[in-house]
Amino acid sequence: MEVKEKKEKGQEGVLRRIAGPVVTAVNIDAHMYDVVKVGHEELMGEVIKIQGDETIIQVYEDTSGIRPGEPVTNTGLSLAVELGPGLLTSIYDGIQRPLSVLVDKMGDFIQRGVSAPGLDHQKKWEFRPLVKEGDKVSPGTIIGEVQETNIVHRILVPPNVQGGTVKSIKTGSFTVEEIVCTLDTGTQLAMMQKWPVRVPRPVTEKMNPTIPLITGQRILDGLFPIAKGGTAAIPGPFGSGKTVTQQQLAKWSDAEIVVYIGCGERGNEMTEVLTEFPELEDPKTGKPLMERTVLIANTSNMPVAAREASVYTGITIAEYFRDMGYDVSLMADSTSRWAEAMREISSRLEEMPGEEGYPAYLAARLSEFYERAGLVRTLSGNNGSVSVIGAVSPPGGDFSEPVTQNTLRIVKVFWALDAKLSQRRHFPAINWLNSYSLYLDTLHDWYDKEVSPEWNVLRSWAMEVLQKEAELQEIVQLVGSDALPEAEQLTIEIARMIREIFLQQNAYDAVDTFCDMAKQYDMMKAIKGFADLAYGAQTAGVSPAQIISIKSKNDLPQIKFIKDYRPELERIQKSMDSEINILRSSA
Amino acid sequence: MKEYRTISKIAGPLVFVEKTEPVGYGELVNIVLFDGTIKRGQVLDTSDDLVVVQVFETTAGIGKDSGIRFLGETIKMPVGKEMLGRILSGGGKPIDGGPEIMPEKRLDITGAAINPYARASPEEFIQTGISTIDGTNTLVRGQKLPIFSGAGLPHNNIALQIARQSKVLGSQEAFAVVFAAMGITKEEANHFMHDFERTGALERAVVFLNLADDPAVERIITPRLALTTAEYLAFELDMHVLVILTDMTNYCEALRQIGAAREEVPGRRGYPGYMYTDLAGIYERAGIIKGKKGSITQFPILTMPGDDITHPIPDLTGYITEGQIVVSRELHRKGIYPPINVLPSLSRLMNLGIGKEHTREDHKKVSDQLYAAYAEGNDLRGLVAIVGKDALSERDRMFLEFADLFENRFVRQGYNEDRSIFETLDGGWNLLATLPVEQLVRIDRDLINKYHPKFRQEAKEQG
Ligand SMILES: Nc1ncnc2c1ncn2[C@@H]1O[C@H](COP(=O)(O)OP(=O)(O)OP(=O)(O)O)[C@@H](O)[C@H]1O
Ligand SMILES: Nc1ncnc2c1ncn2[C@@H]1O[C@H](COP(=O)(O)OP(=O)(O)O)[C@@H](O)[C@H]1O
Ligand SMILES: [Mg+2]
Ligand SMILES: [Mg+2]
Repeated sequence: MEVKEKKEKGQEGVLRRIAGPVVTAVNIDAHMYDVVKVGHEELMGEVIKIQGDETIIQVYEDTSGIRPGEPVTNTGLSLAVELGPGLLTSIYDGIQRPLSVLVDKMGDFIQRGVSAPGLDHQKKWEFRPLVKEGDKVSPGTIIGEVQETNIVHRILVPPNVQGGTVKSIKTGSFTVEEIVCTLDTGTQLAMMQKWPVRVPRPVTEKMNPTIPLITGQRILDGLFPIAKGGTAAIPGPFGSGKTVTQQQLAKWSDAEIVVYIGCGERGNEMTEVLTEFPELEDPKTGKPLMERTVLIANTSNMPVAAREASVYTGITIAEYFRDMGYDVSLMADSTSRWAEAMREISSRLEEMPGEEGYPAYLAARLSEFYERAGLVRTLSGNNGSVSVIGAVSPPGGDFSEPVTQNTLRIVKVFWALDAKLSQRRHFPAINWLNSYSLYLDTLHDWYDKEVSPEWNVLRSWAMEVLQKEAELQEIVQLVGSDALPEAEQLTIEIARMIREIFLQQNAYDAVDTFCDMAKQYDMMKAIKGFADLAYGAQTAGVSPAQIISIKSKNDLPQIKFIKDYRPELERIQKSMDSEINILRSSA
Repeated sequence: MKEYRTISKIAGPLVFVEKTEPVGYGELVNIVLFDGTIKRGQVLDTSDDLVVVQVFETTAGIGKDSGIRFLGETIKMPVGKEMLGRILSGGGKPIDGGPEIMPEKRLDITGAAINPYARASPEEFIQTGISTIDGTNTLVRGQKLPIFSGAGLPHNNIALQIARQSKVLGSQEAFAVVFAAMGITKEEANHFMHDFERTGALERAVVFLNLADDPAVERIITPRLALTTAEYLAFELDMHVLVILTDMTNYCEALRQIGAAREEVPGRRGYPGYMYTDLAGIYERAGIIKGKKGSITQFPILTMPGDDITHPIPDLTGYITEGQIVVSRELHRKGIYPPINVLPSLSRLMNLGIGKEHTREDHKKVSDQLYAAYAEGNDLRGLVAIVGKDALSERDRMFLEFADLFENRFVRQGYNEDRSIFETLDGGWNLLATLPVEQLVRIDRDLINKYHPKFRQEAKEQG
């Protein structure tokens, strides 16, 4: 048998057919997911199907005007991102082209045929070595660092090169391409490495998460927490708060690095992040939030194939920072648009459609993606994590559709947005009865130790009251609220307080936008405090109407808007005490 | 230019042509009928042996004997300053008896995506004079805010009132209007045209008319021609442009028709799977660009089939636009104009355009409180129907009354009533004042002390 020689990279084939973002070429010996240059303008594309002598390519740019017969060149490389100093504060399109560079190169509108590297190859960074000659290094070893923003960017031996002994290492100012370290094996290392986006970066070990990602959002931290290294889905109809919630997490969660992917969503939303984040301070470090953030924006009207790639670009960048030992959180808004991009490409391939036209591999792609989250021991032995929070946009707000359902099978936290709540301007419009977190048990100890031994008890109490309210509401719907027994009239009132004081949180209020665990605890305790007083008074013969109408209780919601709330809270609690006492003594 | 006579199949709006030289994807096509008539189309799929052409007009008269010319470029729109005041067909040809447009430029109608990095945040408050918009669903310059309506509801009047009254406080400059009609009736079109003429808006307007009896497929290009024109006016001539697209439902029907002709696997309810991406290519052509003076504000109008907001047309629209104004049949039946139901309505950019620097510091909180109170009162209506008013608590009765007051005083206003934002907000406070102060949990104390009519009164008496 004759061994057919693999064709050289750079060899040319010819376009046979163009139909939107999917084109067919002949005469190239490509492999799946090879990056190819399409047409005279060398549009970037990726091989997604090989069939007989035909190679099917998804093109990341607009294909208008491209004709059959134009050349196609195989680069022989996979779609990869550039990883190194310069990632932070950047905004990229789905295939890691910096949008700021694209504006310089082609103006305000996105034209095609322009390539731009993910990192600035000219800029010099101060490199400080952390290993010395003679040290043994292996894949993942941290060999040095760069002060990138207020974040230290650790330079790693890429996972896909062989280790060895450091033969020489430099100190000083270098571009990302210049060699900073040479090993005895002859391997030369620069600050930049490349990694194919569709391949997860390797780790030593995946571990079970035990620490919550604190978000400053009461309903999340308080009732349905996500762990650092965990996965969460936030499905909801349009306008229910997916984006605002994700932006709140990007702003306030105690991750060290944030990767925010605008996948097939609105241009103005990305602009909002771009204008707002540099002005906002990280509550932990006091530094501009932008300094820890990488943005990926492939909006709804940008090419659909690049939208498909955007989530992979994002998660690869997230994994890279995780490998430095950071806690990274990644938001993808919206995974439905990603799934739709898959569907669009798939239907152009004339693949056999699965449920609602989505390709049969939808579930597999979703779970591969969420599997890239996790708390890990990195190759260098540090701990790092990637938490993934995916928005889901179900058609008609109906959660029974394939993307929501397949996502729920994978993720551990479900924040169910509810149009009925958002229409009342109850925000975050997360339905407390349908949502869940499967991390409650593993995070139990953390809350015990770090917040208060009382916290877990308070949480269960609040959930019970809310459940009870839902049952009582059904009765009220039939007979009216006055027909309820007295104790239950109080329960309704206390549930209202939990909803209006604790659960509702205004993202646009300067103070209320972020609420730390201490304040969450104080607020919940204050409500529970009132509940105890109320039930006590009621058993002692005070009427619910009297209890409910005590004056000082009305001040409680104001606590949300006060930064140094403690004195005011204490005052309110004292007055509630004395008002109830007066009622009791006259009962 | 080479003319082919190799049509092998004609199906719906599609024409299949064989054995051509290489033809570009998206290329403009002229189809020459035996009598010399020329129809226009566009290449949807191109390969060595077959080219699929989508025709923008009816395929009536096209046969295997028709000639096909590929023009070697994608569809372009001639644009120029003198377009203002002109009336064009849905395909961009003058139909007002005036001369052809003298093009200063010829622009690709698909339009490239604005680089998100080049965008500036829309944040300039537009006062429409309508309380349910200004007060609770504020519009800002550069926003895309559709009207979700139903057959027979007064969405056209609302759109006209907005177009007529819209102004940016402190700015003298009037909006230029680009109006694109897709499949609306002659009568509806006349209604718009008369109002434009009556108010003099026509001088600053460019009108594209594809009426109900015009070819359905032409509707695919009408909004793109309109937006190409709008982009030219906004980003090259520095104008603030208001684009009205009506009725997007007819546009989507045309899209479905083409999908069916191509025998594509249909998505939800028979609409193409790429409808989201396609609509985004229209709606995202709104906004502001850093360093440019002009802006594009979009008002798409659509009628929800069966008044169903979960229908794919409003659903996909809502997922792309920056909110929606929902017109309600129930309010219309109650005789309330404008029958805008604020509960499902939303302006996502509201927060950027309100507050101290833009309107008034209490705006956001007043709006939140009005919503919460109205929603609660509205819920209680259902309860009253079952258990009667007597079973309600004192508190509940107040909210129930609030809902009625809200509809009659805040929502209801005249077709020519142009309320200032301060009238709107003060009106809101007057309604809130009917509730006990301690029920106003969405508003901070300071604002209550400053703006609540009761405390204002007290302050006046003391001062
Ligand atoms: N006053 C309220 N404030 C905040 N949230 C509320 C309020 N009333 C109801 N909800 C939320 O809205 C959800 C649905 O409410 P409700 O049960 O009244 O509607 P429904 O019409 O019975 O629902 P469905 O149509 O699903 O049967 C509840 O689960 C609760 O989360
Ligand atoms: N936590 C919140 N606080 C205040 N307003 C909110 C909050 N979440 C959502 N909203 C309001 O709801 C609107 C829609 O939210 P958004 O996140 O854009 O919805 P989605 O992404 O689900 O379509 C926002 O513009 C804002 O007015
Ligand atoms: Mg969103
Ligand atoms: Mg129900």
